[in-house]
Amino acid sequence: MSERFDCIVVGAGPAGIACAYELAKGGAKVVLIERGEYPGSKNVMGGVLYRQMMEDVIPGFYQEAPLERPIVEQRFMMMDKESAVTFGYKGMEWGKEPYNNFTVLRAKFDQWFASKAVEQGALLINETVVTECIVEEGRVVGVRTDRPDGEVYADVVVLADGVNSLLAKSLGFHKEYRPDEVALATMEILKLDKKVIEDRFNLEPNQGCTIELFGDATKGILGTGFLYTNKDSLSIGVGTLLSGLIKHKIRPYELLEYVKDHPMIRPYLQGSEQQEYLAHLIPEGGYKSMGKVVGDGVIVVGDAAQLVNAIHREGSNLAMTSGRIAAETILLAMQAGDFSEALLDRYRVKLMNSFVGQDMKKYKDSTHHFDKFPQYFDQYIPMMNRAASQMFTVDGKSKWEKQKKIWKDIGSPREKIKIARDAYRAWRVMK
Amino acid sequence: MLHIIACIKQVPDTKIIKMNPKTNTMDRASAPAILNPYDAHAVEEAVRIKKKYGGIVSVLTMGPPPAVKAIKKCIEIGADEGYMISDRRFAGADTLATSYALTKALDKIQKSRPVDLILCGKMTIDGDTGQVGPGIARRLDIPPLTSVKKVESVHQEEGHIIVHRKIEDGHEVIQSTLPCLLSVEKEINEVPYSSFPNMIKAARYDPVIWSVDDLEDVDIKQLGLKGSPTIVAKVWAPPKPEGGKMLEGSPHDQVDQILSVILEKKELFQAKGGS
Repeated sequence: MSERFDCIVVGAGPAGIACAYELAKGGAKVVLIERGEYPGSKNVMGGVLYRQMMEDVIPGFYQEAPLERPIVEQRFMMMDKESAVTFGYKGMEWGKEPYNNFTVLRAKFDQWFASKAVEQGALLINETVVTECIVEEGRVVGVRTDRPDGEVYADVVVLADGVNSLLAKSLGFHKEYRPDEVALATMEILKLDKKVIEDRFNLEPNQGCTIELFGDATKGILGTGFLYTNKDSLSIGVGTLLSGLIKHKIRPYELLEYVKDHPMIRPYLQGSEQQEYLAHLIPEGGYKSMGKVVGDGVIVVGDAAQLVNAIHREGSNLAMTSGRIAAETILLAMQAGDFSEALLDRYRVKLMNSFVGQDMKKYKDSTHHFDKFPQYFDQYIPMMNRAASQMFTVDGKSKWEKQKKIWKDIGSPREKIKIARDAYRAWRVMK
Repeated sequence: MLHIIACIKQVPDTKIIKMNPKTNTMDRASAPAILNPYDAHAVEEAVRIKKKYGGIVSVLTMGPPPAVKAIKKCIEIGADEGYMISDRRFAGADTLATSYALTKALDKIQKSRPVDLILCGKMTIDGDTGQVGPGIARRLDIPPLTSVKKVESVHQEEGHIIVHRKIEDGHEVIQSTLPCLLSVEKEINEVPYSSFPNMIKAARYDPVIWSVDDLEDVDIKQLGLKGSPTIVAKVWAPPKPEGGKMLEGSPHDQVDQILSVILEKKELFQAKGGS
């Protein structure tokens, strides 16, 4: 029989690495199995890494981690076909320690993060696919990989195998996702001179900017686009629910091409050169789509457990926190010599009491609501643009007249009541 | 017990590497470093011989510290030990200086465990010379057998090996004394997907790393750039092939056109032995 470990972590993304790091640091014998050529080679996100949750794992990580730029400005663009209403916040306090968040390129960052777990003593095995959990008498006792002599055994298996976790599914923890529970994001990394980026986005060296794009960026389909500044590249992408793509019969890369060519966006990208094209699913079903996250000898973390806050484009921080809490629970279980679901359930309790569970609950209806009522994206955002255009166009009409016209253009009294009701509903699901 | 050594090199993946259009040199940062594919076959063959006849497989490389990754890859394939020589004084070596440095490392390895067989890949994909293998054999004064596509049998007791060498119009079967050096073709074997226990072993493995000072009787003048008489006078990109000619018209017209081209360039088709 092959070697035994205290814990097997499947998948080297933020959740899996954070978990392996904490376990190894706590003295556990842990093996981290990654299907990609190296950690990060198959991992995708728009690119915002939140400082706080990363520091909960590695304090002061920003002094040595390969980061792109600390974000000092966050903009939000409500886009129509040829216009945009923009608001945002820029603050110098975000440009210095302790920082708020950073843009990162996952291929670099995850590799570094995994190397820190290896330094702690975790064993990293790349290019290996875990094909199934080995279950004996209802307990997960190990995993089977696609390699010869590929069985490995451990007291606990942590499933950090990402969105659409086949392993959790085969254990019956969750069903096949519906198209309205997952988003498909496509993005490109565009090479652009450092100096040009700083001029174009009004930045000093070592400052970054994020722009979130709503409305026409996704042709009014529920979803968002984003444009982030890296050191010497830009990340641009769009993500929409799969159901939206299906309903509108549009291909994801067409949407990406559309936003790249949008008159509000094109000038930012001019002269850049395509470096990478990436696509990934994002679990956006939220709290209601979460399956079982704990079983006898097994814990599910990160995307595999649907831990994404789609409204605030947060995911990696939820993943890391879940990985860290899973590790704490497993170290506790090792002391007790008990790896039953009853004990490991402390992970779920702790997770749901943390900001992760709280935020999942807060936004449990948001995505579903906006999916059900498309007018927010395809009607109200254009309306907002028309109003701004009228108000700010100086044409000799008095401001009173303008206000009156804007009010009239919104529609009949019935329309206005509908909008008020939608505003109230949106507030309800977001509050 | 046979002691087989495979000499390996970490190379940039030339399948995806970008060339610097100004200098015509490789932009090494643009491609990941991998184990030279020919060397993977050499290691695999060493492991196969070990499995059949018993023994131990060591790998040896010269390179910068990150080349440890290539040694780990060999452990995944099934090698038992890894040695690396790494020192700034080795840098800039051509094939002459490289074979000198590797020979000095082999001398040191031989002191604790004599070597019966040395395997090399046919060539590296970044240098394409295929000279280091024979260079080592010459310096050790053992027979170099190049273009080996099959190892028929190894007879340690009798002190010989029988291999198949690829030649222009077929192959030849050769018997050589041991120790000797083989440089192997890709077709000698297929490198299988490594087993999980080997992956674990490789993840844990730390190779022996020697600097110049750890080696004995080294003539510093023969190392690195200083010991490399090769001069790169000029680097240029091969001209891009010109696009072919597109035949248009009805199928009938196109057949007529192609026939006239063939008749016009008859000699091209005859050169291959046709009539």
